[in-house]
Amino acid sequence: MANIAHEMKAIYVISYRELRKFIREKSRIMGTMARPILWLFVVGGGMSKLVRPVSGISYIQFIFPGMIGMTILFASIFSAISIVWDREFGFLKEILVAPISRFSVVVGKAMAGTSISMLQVLILLIFVPVLGIRINAPQFLLLILSSGMLAFSLTCFGILVASRMSSYEGFNIIMNFLVMPMFFLSGAMYPVKLMPPALREIAYANPLTYGVDGLKNILLASASGTPMGPEYPAIVDFAVVAGFLVVTAVLANLSFRRAA
Amino acid sequence: MSNISVNSLVKKFGAVTAVDGISFSVEPGEVFGFLGPNGAGKSTTISILCTLLAPTSGRASVGGFDCVRDADAVRRSIGIIFQDPTLDNGLTAFENLLFHAYLYGLDRRAARKRIDDALSLVGLDGRKNELVRKFSGGMKRRLEIARGILNYPKVLFMDEPTIGLDPQTRNLIWEFIRELKKNTGVTVFMTTHYLEEAEFCDRIAIIDLGKIIASGTPSELKAGLQGDTLKLSAADPKGLESEIREKFGMDSKINDGGITLTVKRGDEILPALIRGLSTKITAVSMTTPTLNDVFLSLTGKNIREEGSDPYGPMRSYARKNHGGH
Repeated sequence: MANIAHEMKAIYVISYRELRKFIREKSRIMGTMARPILWLFVVGGGMSKLVRPVSGISYIQFIFPGMIGMTILFASIFSAISIVWDREFGFLKEILVAPISRFSVVVGKAMAGTSISMLQVLILLIFVPVLGIRINAPQFLLLILSSGMLAFSLTCFGILVASRMSSYEGFNIIMNFLVMPMFFLSGAMYPVKLMPPALREIAYANPLTYGVDGLKNILLASASGTPMGPEYPAIVDFAVVAGFLVVTAVLANLSFRRAA
Repeated sequence: MSNISVNSLVKKFGAVTAVDGISFSVEPGEVFGFLGPNGAGKSTTISILCTLLAPTSGRASVGGFDCVRDADAVRRSIGIIFQDPTLDNGLTAFENLLFHAYLYGLDRRAARKRIDDALSLVGLDGRKNELVRKFSGGMKRRLEIARGILNYPKVLFMDEPTIGLDPQTRNLIWEFIRELKKNTGVTVFMTTHYLEEAEFCDRIAIIDLGKIIASGTPSELKAGLQGDTLKLSAADPKGLESEIREKFGMDSKINDGGITLTVKRGDEILPALIRGLSTKITAVSMTTPTLNDVFLSLTGKNIREEGSDPYGPMRSYARKNHGGH
């Protein structure tokens, strides 16, 4: 029992560290929040002038679930990549020689990425009323749950990638060949149904597609059946994200154990 | 029982053998120094003892626990100060220590008390809530020492604890180590390539190219060398030389204005000589060998000679690419 309490403490302090640093660095919060807000109002606002609303959903409303997905994607991957920083600056050694399991390290890192992501999601949700989207309390809770699952799984995915990176130089490759394509081919900006066939196949294989679709099921339920609305039943989205979470969590643990 | 016991330890990185069958043991309360040039295998040995690297073959145990089979128990009983800084610059001194305390399972109250004690021991109590980013190299080192002792380790590992520090800070660090040993009886295992520091150790092992080539107390190692050099000046060097041969049975060399002789225990022989000789002596001096002389006689090179190890770059390459971190 004492051992479990010890591991819990370790998980807590590993995630507390990242959250503490995130909150301390005001510029980092500003920087990470600027991206979705710019996309939402500059791209979304601009495109709303060109794209006619479908069943009462304007383009800016359409991309809002995608912006939540984007925020989670970037925040989670960034947070997980801190493992590479920790390795470069030596701090990882401090963690690795401690009498705690590798499993707790991974869970701590995953919780850190999840909390940082969720903090940003909460800030973004301030725009729900501004955009004229209406949700009730159960929907709000569902939104938090879906975002949390997506954040946890994407952080695990990031840990999986980070434990295979030997230096920070690989970061640009990850951004350009993994994170950006994942974002663009997720239905965040454009309905997957209307994509060219080759891209559509990739989008179907992209777990973020289902994460974003799950959010559309909550936020844009009224547009179901139209290109602006969700494509899959909520249960399918939930199952895919849950499956992705289990797979990435297991792989992140295996991969981190091998790299450490 | 020994606090550290190492038996025929071997670590290979691909084709490079970084540690080549070393054996030694360290007793409780000892300050044990691992002395050798860069790339000799010191850090690799520490990594194995700290459970960060698995040995290729051989046995190592720390605090009575096997470093491979009982890694968790080993981790609980050790504190480590790594060669490169391992602090989080984005956290305060207090937060860095709190992080460590929680990783080692301390509860909040015990953690706070120990953090305050450790910070005042290293003289950083006034900097508790400052970001580590603002600390000087010496302050960071002191903070790392405070962190290393936070979990009351049985064995404290220090990998080149004073590397890159100014002499004043180096002395300060040594004062901490001595103080610590006196107050807590902790066993200290340290690596260094500063010979002056090895003099502070109770026992040292000299390692070169992955092998231990000599071990013992610093004075034992030096005694094993040619010995102390005594220089006696006299108006009549010839007479002095023959008197020493007759009375003490020792050969000495005549040089201008006096004689020199090499003896095992100069500090004991010198007074006896002065008492027993009737030839008038005008001046005396004694030089004791340094550890560098020891190192030189064993390896044929100075310890700090750059590029003395042809495998050095390969070794660090191997470490970087196969060590995992």
